[in-house]
Amino acid sequence: MTRDLKFFQAINEATDLCLARDPSVYLMGLHVPADPKGVFGTTLGLQKKYGPERVMDMPTSENGMTGVAIGSALVGMRPIMVHQRIEFALLAVEQIINQAANWHYMFGGQNAMPLVIRMLIGRGWGQGPQHSQSLQAMFAHVPGLKVVMPVTPHDAKGLLIAAVEDNNPVIYLEHRWLHDIFGPVPEGHYTVPIGKARTARSGSDVTIVATSYMVLESLRAADLLARNGIEAEVVDVRTLRPLDVGHFIESVRRTGRLVAVDGGWRSLGFAAEILALVAERAYGTLKASPARVTFPDLPSPSTPALAQYFYPRAMHIVNEVRTMMGLPEVTEDQLGIRHETPLDVPDKAFTGPF
Amino acid sequence: MGSVAQRDLYARMLRIRLVEEKLAELYPEQLIRCPVHLSVGQEAVAVGVCAALMPDDYAVSSHRSHAHYLAKGGDLKAMLGELYGRVTGCCKGKGGSMHLIDRSVGFLGAVPIVGSTIPIGVGAALGSVMRKESRVTIVFFGDAATEEGVFHEAVNFAVLKQLPVVFVCENNLFSVYSSLAVRQPSTREICEVARGHGIESHRGDGNDVEAVYGLAKAAAEKARAGSGPTFLEFKTYRWREHCGPYYDNHLGYRSEQEFEEWRARCPIARLNQRLLQWGSVAQQDLDGIEAALVAEVEEAVAFAKSSPFPEPQLLQEHLYAP
Repeated sequence: MTRDLKFFQAINEATDLCLARDPSVYLMGLHVPADPKGVFGTTLGLQKKYGPERVMDMPTSENGMTGVAIGSALVGMRPIMVHQRIEFALLAVEQIINQAANWHYMFGGQNAMPLVIRMLIGRGWGQGPQHSQSLQAMFAHVPGLKVVMPVTPHDAKGLLIAAVEDNNPVIYLEHRWLHDIFGPVPEGHYTVPIGKARTARSGSDVTIVATSYMVLESLRAADLLARNGIEAEVVDVRTLRPLDVGHFIESVRRTGRLVAVDGGWRSLGFAAEILALVAERAYGTLKASPARVTFPDLPSPSTPALAQYFYPRAMHIVNEVRTMMGLPEVTEDQLGIRHETPLDVPDKAFTGPF
Repeated sequence: MGSVAQRDLYARMLRIRLVEEKLAELYPEQLIRCPVHLSVGQEAVAVGVCAALMPDDYAVSSHRSHAHYLAKGGDLKAMLGELYGRVTGCCKGKGGSMHLIDRSVGFLGAVPIVGSTIPIGVGAALGSVMRKESRVTIVFFGDAATEEGVFHEAVNFAVLKQLPVVFVCENNLFSVYSSLAVRQPSTREICEVARGHGIESHRGDGNDVEAVYGLAKAAAEKARAGSGPTFLEFKTYRWREHCGPYYDNHLGYRSEQEFEEWRARCPIARLNQRLLQWGSVAQQDLDGIEAALVAEVEEAVAFAKSSPFPEPQLLQEHLYAP
């Protein structure tokens, strides 16, 4: 049975299901039970159902508590940690990169490390430089970690269950602007395999490889391009490490054009990796130089007056495609785009404060 | 003395000493191609603590972990295989001296990042409580680790949840070449800092294996009874250089006099004297113990040196657990 759920509900349902199925699963994060909103609804009601030992608050000790999660995973538990912003997880980078990522390889394959760390990324509403960074490239750089970025409610649930059932540390990155989107979600247990990309839209003229929320902007761009007869294929990578390279290489070989779209910094970023892989493996099939649509190499400013120039939108993707097809750039006016809500919120219902 | 005989404590310390003195002797051959942090002089803490444990209790450690690994019952041949980079090593050669592990005896792992295994040990204790297992977890670390944030984070959580952990601070007075005096206020004992977290804390003579054993035994029994964690600080002294096989007093970061004072308090010689004085053991018996240990060490070295190196394909293996 499939019904429409919001992305945050899909995460809640996946967590609920994992806690119910396996007594070794537990959930830990700052304010997880204490937050009346339940980490944007994703943990709501779980402590009441499973008790304070399996759904626990924690001291404000991100690094130490990540070590605690790691230690418990080493002896057979399956912890899920939540950070309300990715920036708080930076305090735990020592444990994540030195320890969680290494313990299986470095000890000659002896230790399983079934650990899921959910980190929220986001944009808008003046979050500023320390509440809106997108550091997926940093985590995805590290061998031994797995990094997933679901876009649809279906994948949010299926990837979270897959992450909890995986015997390796999985960084699960969820975009704040995806929490309220609706989509079909099957009831009960299912997994979306880690390491598999998804074709979100088929097309023959250009391949747009995108991550997380930027998949939605890419789909908007594809709709706009279709008005002029340009058919874009949109690949939702879903997992950044291990990356499903074959999926988008095959697509680029068919379309001959590539735009990599990532809500992260440009230099040494995830989009750069996509371009490098295409250059290595499909260079001869390219009809035009590939392009990147990313954040500029700057901290993200708070004020909407500056943020509107920081975050790329569908129009920027459209223009990269038009340029590589020899067409002139267009404005949002020319595209008929009217922003009914301010650019610093995902929809009218979003009224802050974060 | 309780369930562990003095004779056993002596033999366990001597075994570690003989292993490490052998490593120091062999290191210049350049066949051990990884850093080594020798515990010579500090054996009493490892042996006294581990003698108070059950075989399935957990322990974690840091860069100077040879003594902890061996005292917990870690396999000697697998340790030497690891140092020699062989596939018979406890990490198949991927870890080296700073990453010893023997899960068959509850030695969960050692890492060289100061303080990093402290919360991991606390997490193992949390896991064993959640799984309703009656295990104690020992967390070995040095004085410098108490300057790391994770030490305080982990102790706070262990006290909050009353976890079955014994924190064992092996205070050898130096972090590499930096003395305690340049790192922590001289008016404050490490033990007192821990006590500030509300944890029962004790100090003991780290060169007296029986004193260590007594404190560890009480702490482990308390943890096993569900009465929470304990912090133990043992002052002791590293004889050889921080990293490597040699002595380094000539560098001037510590005085020859200080070194000689500590060497006069050798934990093995002290117990040796007690054993002979009290007439419980004859010199002949001690000679027999030593001869057997020397033979064991020689055999383990021969095993390691004759073990094969890992095949090239091992580079690609073990990135992810199945």
